[in-house]
Amino acid sequence: MKNSSIWSKPFYYVIVFAVATISLYPIFLMFLSSFKTSAEIFKNPLGLPTSFSLDTYRTLWSKIPFDQYFINSVIVSVTSVVLVVLFCSLAAFYIARFKFSWNNAIFFLFLLGMMIPIKLGIVPLFILMRDLGLINSLWSLIFMNIATGTPLTMLILTGFFKTMPMELEEAARMDGAGNLRVLWNVLLPLMRPALGTVIIVNFISAWNDFFFPLIFITEKAKMTIPVGMLSLFGEHSADWGSLFAGLTLASLPMMILFLVASKQFMEGLTAGALK
Amino acid sequence: MMTMTVQTASTKKERKKGKRWTIHLFPIPALIIYALFVLYPILAALSYSFYSFNGFSRESFVGFNNFITLFTTEPYGSMFLNAFKNNVLYFILQMIVMNGLAFLLAFIIYKKVKGAEFFKIAFFLPRLLSVIVVGFLWKLILNPNFGTLNMLLGKLGLEELQRAWLGDPNTALVSIILVNCWFGLGFGVLIFLAGFQSIPVELVEAAKLDGAKGMTMLRKIYLPLMVPSILIMTVLTFIQSFEAFELVYAMQGSMGEPYFSTDTLAVFFYRLAFGSSTSGSSDAIGLGSALATVLFFFILVCTMVFLKFMNKKEVQM
Repeated sequence: MKNSSIWSKPFYYVIVFAVATISLYPIFLMFLSSFKTSAEIFKNPLGLPTSFSLDTYRTLWSKIPFDQYFINSVIVSVTSVVLVVLFCSLAAFYIARFKFSWNNAIFFLFLLGMMIPIKLGIVPLFILMRDLGLINSLWSLIFMNIATGTPLTMLILTGFFKTMPMELEEAARMDGAGNLRVLWNVLLPLMRPALGTVIIVNFISAWNDFFFPLIFITEKAKMTIPVGMLSLFGEHSADWGSLFAGLTLASLPMMILFLVASKQFMEGLTAGALK
Repeated sequence: MMTMTVQTASTKKERKKGKRWTIHLFPIPALIIYALFVLYPILAALSYSFYSFNGFSRESFVGFNNFITLFTTEPYGSMFLNAFKNNVLYFILQMIVMNGLAFLLAFIIYKKVKGAEFFKIAFFLPRLLSVIVVGFLWKLILNPNFGTLNMLLGKLGLEELQRAWLGDPNTALVSIILVNCWFGLGFGVLIFLAGFQSIPVELVEAAKLDGAKGMTMLRKIYLPLMVPSILIMTVLTFIQSFEAFELVYAMQGSMGEPYFSTDTLAVFFYRLAFGSSTSGSSDAIGLGSALATVLFFFILVCTMVFLKFMNKKEVQM
């Protein structure tokens, strides 16, 4: 491009700056307000906090067992991601690297899930979870994350497995490697970018999931962060400082991960739509 | 001894081809979990719509009765229409505001502005928040007395624009939809940007050499070549609009307050299935399943039509 100096397209810059401000300001406001007392928020909502204090966070902790919610969220997200990537690697390997006559049908069945609005199956799911004894168990959430993450994960991994040359695998098989060895030692190490993508996509949706814990979890000790927040806001608290502190704490882990690997995040979340 | 050697030899041979039967175990875990927690529930929900219920236990086959009750009995009939109307507005406003703006922003970034990476991250950042966090955060910002928006309007001398954004039936739904646009904008930018970047450079250069400029470029070159990404965003926005639940629930509760002005089909469905003061009736599960079935086929058929249109367009190019 020949005119990329900042003054040649003032109109463009006005628009992107304006929208970037609208995108970032509420998040900035959330962080800022979490250090203010309610009185300060009401009196001076836009300015910087006059003094830096973590009181709001202390109040938050005294109201809800945030550490317990955090641990539950970590357990659910990490277990879900590990299992969905493991199971889908095995299945995608089977579909992409072998030519059984039913492979296309299985693949299609998996992809169908991308078009199913699964929330509409919540009544049978609730009955199923109840019969399996999984109501108020973190496993109900883990199973749901695995199941709902499977279609997109299969799409990305199968596509990637197909791009890798067969010779790689044949050499290892000559040396007597079995299927598991081929998958684990030969193919998976070459799939780091695709694995990174599916790990991120699944982690975001597991961490932020609100609908299933809302239905399956009623015990406070088993709640994840998004549902735990509900009780904080349900009581119409006048303590806005700790409300903002709760929102900040719920968002911080994802924000930090994003700033570390923003490129992979953005590629990961758009990968599914563009395939 | 003999047999053992033979066996090892044959196993080795089979291994080489990778045709040991154990390979068929590989897709099993994914298939079981997916079938049990995605395929089964959706099929079961469709079948439930033909049964009467007492609480959560299924009683007898009632044919299309649930559907008839849903559409002809009050308050269900008017609730359905009201929620459906809101879903349609959800879709239209998101198409215009969110996707329109996302298209413009993607075009600007494609045209190379300085700091493109920063802007992409800025637009995308809200997408990382949990929808529940988005809802609560904006509920605080839109608060009539202490919310930042009204304070900001006051400081700018625009007091006449201040209002109870979420408490007024005239502004509540639009406010929620705009919050949803704030949340989803960056995703749209990335999809459209990928679309722009896949346009062959030679094509754009050739058109420029032919003297095409401004609006002509947009109409003759960019828009036709962007049809695939526009359709992708249309399909995704459509599905998301007709499934809209979390944001309404977080900001306005399961009654779509005020006075059901923010109610959506998914919230209505939740109310029927998991009860609140409105449903009360013991066969709510049957009605809820009928609603789920209608919504399911509506989304499915519309998506199919969009996708068919998309395939045709791609072949044309």
